[in-house]
Amino acid sequence: MRLLRLIEFLRRHLKTVVRIAIGLLCLLAALDAIPGIVDKRHAHTAAERFPAFWCAFGFLGCVLIVLVSKAFGHAGIMTREDYYDE
Amino acid sequence: MSDLWVHPSLILMAGAVLLPAIPERLRKGWLLLVPLVVFARIAAMAQGTFGEIHFLQFTLTFGRVDALSKVFGYIMALMCLLGSLYGLQVRRVGEHIVAWSYVAGSLGAIFAADLLTLFLFWEMMAFSSVFLIWFRGRRQSPGAGYRYLLVHVAGGVSLLAGSILHYHATGSLAFVAFDVRNPALPDYLILAGFLLNAAVPPLHAWLPDAYGEATFNGSVFLCAFTTKTAVYALCRGFAGMGILIPLGVIMALYGVVYAVLENDCRRLLAYHIISQVGYMVAAVGLGTQLAINGAVAHAFAHILYKGLLFMGTGSVLHMTGKSKFTELGGLYRKMPWTFAFTLVGGLSISAFPLFSGFVSKSMIIQAGFEDHKLWMGFLLLLASSGTFLHTGLKVPYFIWFGKNHCSPETWERAAEPPWNMVAAMAVTSALCIFIGCYTPYLYRMLPYTPVEFHPYTSYHVFETLEILLFTALGFFLLIKKLEPEATISLDLDWFYRMGGRAFRWLARRPVQATDTAVGEIYRAGGLVPLMKSAGDVRVFDNRVIDGAVDGLACAVSRSAGQLRRIQRGPLQENLTIVFAVAVVLLLAYLLLL
Repeated sequence: MRLLRLIEFLRRHLKTVVRIAIGLLCLLAALDAIPGIVDKRHAHTAAERFPAFWCAFGFLGCVLIVLVSKAFGHAGIMTREDYYDE
Repeated sequence: MSDLWVHPSLILMAGAVLLPAIPERLRKGWLLLVPLVVFARIAAMAQGTFGEIHFLQFTLTFGRVDALSKVFGYIMALMCLLGSLYGLQVRRVGEHIVAWSYVAGSLGAIFAADLLTLFLFWEMMAFSSVFLIWFRGRRQSPGAGYRYLLVHVAGGVSLLAGSILHYHATGSLAFVAFDVRNPALPDYLILAGFLLNAAVPPLHAWLPDAYGEATFNGSVFLCAFTTKTAVYALCRGFAGMGILIPLGVIMALYGVVYAVLENDCRRLLAYHIISQVGYMVAAVGLGTQLAINGAVAHAFAHILYKGLLFMGTGSVLHMTGKSKFTELGGLYRKMPWTFAFTLVGGLSISAFPLFSGFVSKSMIIQAGFEDHKLWMGFLLLLASSGTFLHTGLKVPYFIWFGKNHCSPETWERAAEPPWNMVAAMAVTSALCIFIGCYTPYLYRMLPYTPVEFHPYTSYHVFETLEILLFTALGFFLLIKKLEPEATISLDLDWFYRMGGRAFRWLARRPVQATDTAVGEIYRAGGLVPLMKSAGDVRVFDNRVIDGAVDGLACAVSRSAGQLRRIQRGPLQENLTIVFAVAVVLLLAYLLLL
């Protein structure tokens, strides 16, 4: 059960894991701004040339999906589990 | 040569028919051997046209083997092998038989070169796969199965009607590319049949309804064959049909939205099938070489990772009896390996670098951008963010981590599944990673070779990582909003489910009321006068008829008595009277003449 031990180890050090994850996110956004690493000539549109464009796209996309879907669901689409029962 | 050509479906069906006769101790071996032989048969298949049969005025072609049909046949057979390994411990022989018949239907449809053969196998798929739902044996299983069948029969009828009209218009039943620039009614009918099986909204609601309800290994089979056979049929018949691009993009986002709301993990995955097939449908709509390659590659990768995801959640269902997030949670302590394999599936579907989705999905998005369909590219990227949000994060998090909602019995039952299920997940995971790391394996099988596409450019890797990792950030920040709720979501199946109920109400209330009213009218207006007239007839019969008959009888009796008195006995007297009467009659006759 080495896998279980690894998971429990990570959970015990959750704060460190979160800090490393945030550090990686910052690093990713920073690297995106360095032309030598990310060749923006492959970009499809001009907007993508902004540094960390896809970071913003991912984050805002996620927020948009969650909020819009939940609003849609709570507008009457989500209903009690025995709705179709008689 | 065509006589010697052995159809892979035939091998599978023969294996299925013989299965009940195989002794139990050899059954597991047989369950692996037959799909292995089918896989080897397809892998070794030479390209060409085989198995032609002349029937009435038609030529039915069972074996068209080209790059497109071969790659689909290859992955279907591989999935059949993995699915059979996964379900090895299922003791009910019938379940294996219907699963194999279902795969045989899919393979038959893929290798069919005419619309009649295609229809035949198309229906075989529907009629065998429905048992995978019924075998679950829950109170709601028969209803879900019948709804599934109803919808698929409707799709089949549309396909058949389209095929007949197509034959009438063109004089040919050959299943080749249709005229996508000027489609006519037959083309639309055939397209509707295909779109229904591909679960394109608004013809999609059968999919989550059925796949969430099937048996734990039934869904592993279901998730692969129906929709991807439809994708194959669309690639073959409707490549370049513009309407499919917006339909595909709508699908991709529709599945994502419903996945946010879903509380049942297998229904969530079912909605993500709709989302992923949306990429393929949009690619078919583009119709360029890169897009078709992308659709095929994505179907190939999708069958494996979606099978893997259904295996993971199926293991949870099999071991705990639960599939709702509100009844699970914290299972990493009990099922860590199932978690790891499901995570590989989640990372593959999310198109993480080094996993299979990355090398296939990006091809479709690239094809969209190359065709200057920027909106398509961006919306599909938005859908990938949603994919990671649910399948990569929500499913693993709320089953294996998050708040533990398990009841004591669920927790007690939870454990790693049997060895064969673990083995199936391990092999499928390995394949997902292998495809993501070694692109030539998949790319060499694609219809248009050589493939001039390189997914591992720094820009593309960064683009993907940024989208996915910042989606993860959004997930953890919004985790409170994503807490599962014990609800179901109404979808377009509402119309036929409630329509069925309305029909029943109609039958119970107005139709029955009319029937009662008609009965009453008949009773009051028909039966009572009828009884009365019958009474009158009886009186008439008694008094008039009987009176007349009796009176006549009395009169006859009376005259007979008088006659008797006249006829006293002596013969001479009698003869004299007779002669006298005869003479009188003769004279009267002569005089009258």
